[in-house]
Amino acid sequence: MNIHEYQGKQVLKQYGLAVPEGRVAFTVDEAVKAAEELDSPVVVVKAQIHAGGRGKAGGVKVAKHLDEVRVYAQELLGKVLVTHQTGPEGKEVKRLLIETGCDIKKEYYIGVVVDRSTGRVVMMASEEGGTEIEEVAAKTPEKIFKEVIDPAVGLQNYQARRLAYAINIPNELVGKAVKFMAALYKAFVDMDCSIAEINPLVVTGEGEVLALDAKLNFDSNALFRHKDILGLRDLEEEDAKEIEASKYDLSYIALEGNIGCMVNGAGLAMATMDIIKYYGGEPANFLDVGGGATAEKVTEAFKIILSDQKVNGIFVNIFGGIMRCDVIASGIVEAAKQVELNRPLVVRLEGTNVGLGKNILADSGLDIVSADSMADGARKIVELVS
Amino acid sequence: MSILINKYTKVITQGITGATGLFHTRGALEYGTQMVGGVTPGKGGTTIDIELEGGQTVTLPIFNSVMEAKESTGATASVIYVPPAFAADSIIEAVEAGLDLVICITEGIPVLDMVKVKRFMEGKRTVLIGPNCPGVITPGECKIGIMPGYIHKPGHVGVVSRSGTLTYEAVHQLSTRGLGQSTAVGIGGDPVKGSEFIDILSRFNEDPDTHAVIMIGEIGGTAEEEAAEWVRDNMTKPVVGFIGGVTAPPGKRMGHAGAIISGGKGTAKEKIEKLETCGIKVAPTPAEMGSTLIEVLESRGLLQGCQVH
Repeated sequence: MNIHEYQGKQVLKQYGLAVPEGRVAFTVDEAVKAAEELDSPVVVVKAQIHAGGRGKAGGVKVAKHLDEVRVYAQELLGKVLVTHQTGPEGKEVKRLLIETGCDIKKEYYIGVVVDRSTGRVVMMASEEGGTEIEEVAAKTPEKIFKEVIDPAVGLQNYQARRLAYAINIPNELVGKAVKFMAALYKAFVDMDCSIAEINPLVVTGEGEVLALDAKLNFDSNALFRHKDILGLRDLEEEDAKEIEASKYDLSYIALEGNIGCMVNGAGLAMATMDIIKYYGGEPANFLDVGGGATAEKVTEAFKIILSDQKVNGIFVNIFGGIMRCDVIASGIVEAAKQVELNRPLVVRLEGTNVGLGKNILADSGLDIVSADSMADGARKIVELVS
Repeated sequence: MSILINKYTKVITQGITGATGLFHTRGALEYGTQMVGGVTPGKGGTTIDIELEGGQTVTLPIFNSVMEAKESTGATASVIYVPPAFAADSIIEAVEAGLDLVICITEGIPVLDMVKVKRFMEGKRTVLIGPNCPGVITPGECKIGIMPGYIHKPGHVGVVSRSGTLTYEAVHQLSTRGLGQSTAVGIGGDPVKGSEFIDILSRFNEDPDTHAVIMIGEIGGTAEEEAAEWVRDNMTKPVVGFIGGVTAPPGKRMGHAGAIISGGKGTAKEKIEKLETCGIKVAPTPAEMGSTLIEVLESRGLLQGCQVH
């Protein structure tokens, strides 16, 4: 789960990390009022969307007086920002962070992630702050320093010092940087983060070590023990169909194509998208109905797929294990009764009770194209929608 | 022969009285697995009657702890169907009890819980498979997990996979083409897990009854790349692969917690290229995993030896 920058900064502040003073604003008047309250010679107006690359896309403005704050707030609120992370459709700005400006001496990068190869939390640091860290990693990987953290003892001070020296934090500020990193690690673990990224971390003319930006992602599997974090979720930043799907415990991700997919199992669902593409089609979604799908879940899955206007046809690919083919077939028939099925439907069933399932579909009188294999099904649906 | 489990493996179920645990314990018994008991704290000292498909009833003892269950039944393996919030505790308990093998089916365990579990397991003898996996099956001998048993046939192809249903797909393609399996292992779709590809590949390499391996990976992480290098340097048997997620967009999590392309790393394209350079033939589509293996076996004159006996 993602949260906004201003929320991330509030969370980190509770752990003792230094962040610039700031306020969230939903309207132009709120933005001006926030700037007034901050009473700072320079304020920064920052668009709040769940995507990075906002600065480059024109989503961050520096204002020297209140009139400028008004102008920038007017410009940004309602604007659709397109960054390298939003996709071409962009994201509409609905919230702003109004923040005191600071005297930046130098920018750094600090990130915390779970590293799969070691199975441990890793803290990364770089002197190349403020830029896209992916670019640094690709072009000059030697400029990124890493510390692997033993979960039994946590981040040790010497590790944080080693990072601080490696990225050339000024000597007199190393102590502050070490405290900052320790607090960041504690926040990461306490809150079950999957990513905590401070880009940039800055040292200021006043000798402060500040988080100028904060990107926190949370492990959705751990949200059951973080009800407070769940309260920070901004549903407007998420796809409506994905939210609807999550209510029924369906894993759905909207894509750009026109062939709707319904599959059991994440790996098979991904592979189904791949084979559609292989035969020249474009998948409209990823949808895993899961292992314990009921007829009701299948019906809801159908409704969600069909609510996507781009969908010209549907491919159902089921390998029944625990999930029985007759249950899937009944769900398809039920769904077809509830929603008008006016687009081609190809169904491939295999596995437990496959004969029963095929009979249910054949007896339903519905216009369903049956497929013998995954490849056969993919070819048929691609042909039908073209 | 086989790897990890065989007809002598004695298994307990952690979470046996839950609906899922009970359902799959019944499935394992029907398959012929030596299920010898279960653990549900608070229900120790009682028994559970499990009625099988044929009408026969099996009564299994329930224990309060894994240690007690192990001592009274002689179990060497456990399977975990405990809800995600409590699953890490269950794994650690089973490791502490000194079992040989722990298979965790549970999906949705917080990743930082698994980081702790992995740290705890360092230096311990137990092998962990999963979490978030379908389990392990040695066809005709022992089934531990949620896979449909009947699609498997005893034979000589090892299968190792990050995905459940894609494993079934591969097994089905093998069985219908007359190729049986030595053991099929689902290592699970989570980013931090017990066994990685290399752990399983090395066991297949040493198993005289495994003649070839299908390795099924997906986007996210670099485990496939590391495995490919290991295969190039160590494997004496043919390996074919499949990588799911060629069409997956970056930054979107494809169901599995581990299936995400982040920071430009872990794309299917990179993985496929790496596998091919390391001598692993990659099936162009998921429908061709079986036929790709057959091609490779034929070209090396190994096909006959792999056909179901």
